[in-house]
Amino acid sequence: MTTLTDLAASLASGTIRVVDLTHTLDPDFPVIILPPEFGQCARFRMEEISAYDHRGPAWKWHNISMSEHTGTHFDAPSHWVSGRDVPFGSVDAISPENFVGPVVVIDCVAQSNANEDYEMVIDDITAWEKQHGTIPNGSWIMMRTDWSKRQGAAYLNMREDGPHSPGPAPEAIKFLIDERDILGFGTETVGTDSGQGSHAVPPYPAHYYLHGAGKFGLQCLSGLDQLPATGAILIAAPLKIKDGTGSPLRVLAMVDNT
Amino acid sequence: MTDPLLAPPKKNPQRRSTSPTRPPEMRSRAALGLTAAAAEGRLALQCCAECATWQYPPRDACVACLSNDLPWVDFPPQGQLLAETTVQTSPRLYYRERVPWRIGTVKTDVGPIILVHIHPDVTPQSAIHLTAHLDRAGQGVLVAMPPQETSNAMDAPLMRELTADPKHRRVLLTDARAENAPAMAKALKDAGAAIIFMGESESWRPYTARAALQEIGVEFMPLDVTDTLSVQTLAGEIGGKTDILINNAQFVRPGGALARGDVGFAQNEMDVNYFGMMRLAQAFGPGMCKRTADEANSAVAWVNLLHIGALANTPEYGAFAASQSAAHSLSQSLRSEFRTAGLRVMNVFSGPTESDWFASLPPPKVLPQSLARDVIKGLQAGVEDVWSGDIAKDVRDRFRRDPKVLERELTFGGDGP
Repeated sequence: MTTLTDLAASLASGTIRVVDLTHTLDPDFPVIILPPEFGQCARFRMEEISAYDHRGPAWKWHNISMSEHTGTHFDAPSHWVSGRDVPFGSVDAISPENFVGPVVVIDCVAQSNANEDYEMVIDDITAWEKQHGTIPNGSWIMMRTDWSKRQGAAYLNMREDGPHSPGPAPEAIKFLIDERDILGFGTETVGTDSGQGSHAVPPYPAHYYLHGAGKFGLQCLSGLDQLPATGAILIAAPLKIKDGTGSPLRVLAMVDNT
Repeated sequence: MTDPLLAPPKKNPQRRSTSPTRPPEMRSRAALGLTAAAAEGRLALQCCAECATWQYPPRDACVACLSNDLPWVDFPPQGQLLAETTVQTSPRLYYRERVPWRIGTVKTDVGPIILVHIHPDVTPQSAIHLTAHLDRAGQGVLVAMPPQETSNAMDAPLMRELTADPKHRRVLLTDARAENAPAMAKALKDAGAAIIFMGESESWRPYTARAALQEIGVEFMPLDVTDTLSVQTLAGEIGGKTDILINNAQFVRPGGALARGDVGFAQNEMDVNYFGMMRLAQAFGPGMCKRTADEANSAVAWVNLLHIGALANTPEYGAFAASQSAAHSLSQSLRSEFRTAGLRVMNVFSGPTESDWFASLPPPKVLPQSLARDVIKGLQAGVEDVWSGDIAKDVRDRFRRDPKVLERELTFGGDGP
């Protein structure tokens, strides 16, 4: 097991750094907003059960509640109608080797700064490949926009005609699935789709195509600016929720620091 | 006329705040009819059903014919001030801190001689107009007012004790996103509220009424009644200067248990409408209770906006109304808990309001402006229960006549599945 021994030594010496790509679970962190007659994504909530007091003399603890899709979270194939019949499509059934894998970061910061509705296109992917080589099969693809640095209302960027935030173009997602057989796709925004993705055909194309093909989603990521374009390893293991369609989780990356 | 009440000066931080004390609370069971009527702003006394003799003080048998059939009937308020005295000292702490206190007897036009508090604008041995109010102990008392309205009458110290007037007081409205928020804020401003704190949830989500609220001049404060920490944080910030709390946060969706098929919205309804009230009470209640005798801008009232479905439910809004029953029930517990400090709980019941989630119902509906007006009137009168709009009043009357008959009337129709 020299590889793991080497890894342990590299982690201990700091030549491999562990980067946290997770937002804090905060009651005031934005969630996706749907028309109000639909069921809504529960916000993160925390109720104190005791705090070393008469309610529990020596201990402090909280009951927490949230949606499967609150905060930095994982989308399983069963989250979407297109993925309802995907075998092993719920978080508890996904095989664990899927939770650790290589990660590729496609930098769309300049484009997103120029256009808040920017859609990542196949050209962005091929431009990346020209520089770094063909995306290896089974990779996580991260669309970096630096959107996670936005605060308050600017994050969801909700207007009368809905939210405005960047995401992948339908054909770019199709390309990543069909031509590169990715493991999953991640964003810094509230969903894997662009803010205006509900108006695309099909609606929410990233969700539709990814989950229909048994791929995973990660959203509300932060700290993608700390990842190299390629070469890092992503660790993203959702909670083992029976028939769960997703889960808040701690997303970590191992980055070569040399 | 009374001198207008000026905005209280900034508090002297070296002076002890006056402790909350109360006038005597004990009453006989027979006398509670006076309180019940005063709690909704009515003056009522017992009138013998057999010989029509008015009774005062309240008693168990008619003073003229010994009948025990003594219903409470609205009382003609005209009378003449007979005799009066001004109390200069009292063994009762509440009065000790508030003397001189003017009391006297009134000969009413329809008969009985009644013991009353006397408004300073009443001239000796003159005609008076009798009103009923709740005192700081939450019990009904009678007040001799001048027969014609005088200027600033409600600014008299006596009336400030008996009412919950927003004038010069600092008010927290809990939900800026509620459809009634601008109308409420405007009405409070017009009624002389010193500051309107406006709870605002999820500032990351825009809403159209914000500009109007800004124009009225409210102070936006982060508050989400479903988030315990946010409630506690705001109480830490402004709990010591919240004189009136109006809880207008409400979650409504149509449908009863079967129409929905899950408990999602019902949980939201309970979380906002019931647990929200509880979180606010746990965070703001104790501080407000300590400040009920704190000068002209003392803590004075806790206001709940409730749907009349709290009294009688129907499937159209069945799950929502259940949360209103829960909130109503909690409000009764709160009222009792707050009463020992003299903090008043005012419930404002309304039928369907003119808002998104009641859009499918036919008129009449309660306009935000009407609801706001009734809230202000209720505070100015110092009542415990307000019935806003025709539907609320109608359901109230039918509920009082026979709750079972009302239940069946409301749920007629439909041939079953």
